[in-house]
Amino acid sequence: MPQTLFDKLWTRHRVCDAGDGYDLIAIDRMLLHERTGGVALKSLQANGHEVRDPSRVFAIMDHIVSFRAGRGRDEARSPGGEAFITETRAMAHAAGIHLIDTDNPGQGIVHVVAPEQGIALPGLSLVCPDSHTCSLGALGALAWGIGSSEAEHAMATGVLRVQKPEQMRVRIDGELPAGCTAKDIALYLIARHGAGGGRRCAIEFCGSTVDALGIEARLTLCNMAVEFAAFCAVIAPDEKVLDYVADRAFAPPASAELTAMWTALATDDDAPFAFEIEIDASDIRPQISWGTSPEESGPLNMQVPADARPQALDYMGLQAGQSLLGMEIGGAFIGSCTNGRLSDLQAAAEILAGRRVAAGVRAVCVPGSQAVRRQAEALGIDQVFKQAGFEWGEPGCAMCFYAGGETFAPGTRVVSSTNRNFEGRQGPGVRTHLTSPAIVAACAVAGEICAPSDLPVLEAETV
Amino acid sequence: MPQPLNQHTGIAAAIMRDNIDTDQIIPSREMKTVSRDGLGEGLFAGWRYTEPGGRVPVPDFILNQAEQQGTSVLISGENFGCGSSREHAVWALAEYGIRVIIAKSFGEIFHGNCLRNGVLPITLPADEVDTLAAIETATVSVDLENQLVTCAQLPDWRAAFEIGEYPKRLLIEGLEPIELTLKDKDKIDAFFARDAAQRPWLYSAA
Ligand code: SF4
Repeated sequence: MPQTLFDKLWTRHRVCDAGDGYDLIAIDRMLLHERTGGVALKSLQANGHEVRDPSRVFAIMDHIVSFRAGRGRDEARSPGGEAFITETRAMAHAAGIHLIDTDNPGQGIVHVVAPEQGIALPGLSLVCPDSHTCSLGALGALAWGIGSSEAEHAMATGVLRVQKPEQMRVRIDGELPAGCTAKDIALYLIARHGAGGGRRCAIEFCGSTVDALGIEARLTLCNMAVEFAAFCAVIAPDEKVLDYVADRAFAPPASAELTAMWTALATDDDAPFAFEIEIDASDIRPQISWGTSPEESGPLNMQVPADARPQALDYMGLQAGQSLLGMEIGGAFIGSCTNGRLSDLQAAAEILAGRRVAAGVRAVCVPGSQAVRRQAEALGIDQVFKQAGFEWGEPGCAMCFYAGGETFAPGTRVVSSTNRNFEGRQGPGVRTHLTSPAIVAACAVAGEICAPSDLPVLEAETV
Repeated sequence: MPQPLNQHTGIAAAIMRDNIDTDQIIPSREMKTVSRDGLGEGLFAGWRYTEPGGRVPVPDFILNQAEQQGTSVLISGENFGCGSSREHAVWALAEYGIRVIIAKSFGEIFHGNCLRNGVLPITLPADEVDTLAAIETATVSVDLENQLVTCAQLPDWRAAFEIGEYPKRLLIEGLEPIELTLKDKDKIDAFFARDAAQRPWLYSAA
């Protein structure tokens, strides 16, 4: 019986049939963050349960930590947020789990840190009480987001009771047009098939376009799977993945046996999928969202659709038929688990070099992790951002979501490299346009929505 | 432990938007403590109150209307509860008094979170949801055992819904999932013992 990559991951972790269509699935590693993980640890303790295997649980501080340069150890970006940091720290110590604290050189956004530190690896099952855990499927892992109660369940028992999802294959072939990235693939897919288009599916991304993507771009693509309502996303591990994971802190030493095990994680010919989507990469154009759901996206030069939802138009301050190009912006954010990695910062820095952010635009860059920050600083990328007029923040989720505290002013139009344009996501009344880092950078410079190619060409000596 | 739920009758409020995400259900700024409690007040805060963080009601918002006091059934569109996995969304709904949510479809993680907190998520076909949503301040009854929704104002209308045996037992009996799973502890132990022999590195990472 031919199997999909997902079938193989599922079977490998299936402990037993738990009745009524559910299986008990063994969890190899668990991730927690201070926003939702602290509650799970606390409730676990209150209910008299212990963490079954603390050596396979990792708590990381990212959601509430301040992104102010030179922040203190417990400094939060929201009023009262310190408690999330200090309580999670205390509970992590008490439970004996790994803690990647605010002052740890490995700190960063959980979904950025997990691959960097080799916590996420091909073939592992991973869960975290955070919906973007699906990112980690980019390495060939079985990774999905759960709620706090399920996190407790996984910590106490080592397993989760799960129904096997249906499977969808999204095949993307061909060469991406210049200026298009994994972010554009994701927004294009969601705009075409709807925010519910991958409902309850395990999605395998494959095809020549996916093969050509680097690991960071694959993480971006899988990150957005939850915005497509998917259960999880997977990409078959290839040479690039094996090279990427080699020598990471929590990865095992390379061996022929491991290589064989990991390269066997591929979909067999003729393995069945319930749904198939095919995309010709050459049809994709640089994307931006206009509404308040990621499905309300389209090419940068689009007009707002005639049948746009009135609530979305109202919230976003737009009119049907209006062109997005040329709309004035007040904010620009580069960071998050979607686009806060080195390659994202590099793409933005290429645009920003020798240019300045327009007057009236608050522009913020927050590297996804300390490792990303150090690499960027070693390459001088922080200087490019700072000279352009960007704030350069301490790693974490930062402006990706509003937690109370610092934000853009209500009504501000913000171009953002994040994954959610929900009402209020970046702050009350803040109007988020999702797009790729290079486009965020270009818009910040122009002070309006534009393509990088719309910027005036730089004089040779300033480049 | 959530209250068991089997038969329920209550006032319904329809918020007929698609893709209502958990950031709308409980804005992050309303998640103030490392706790499951005290969230009901923050439910739909962005729509319910005039100011972020304020408590002055928006008169037009459905849950602020006099005849909607005591609402325990919510009716909505596609993909209800999508977005962030925060279980706080369900804790807020439950604390507010919502026991049943009838929608065209649900966000996956949110759906699971409902089941674990004594809130019944019911998926009905779009036209059935629209029929129900068209009734103002409907009194809706749910019979979980028989998987049936009825409405006092629509005597001839009834809608059957699907739910698996396990979620049904969770809700009706108020089962504790961890205890239930630990009944299979021998199988779990055997699995990990076998796995540790095959992947020793996973169990010895410092
Ligand atoms: S960066 Fe944003 S989307 Fe990612 S984990 Fe943090 S808050 Fe969530």
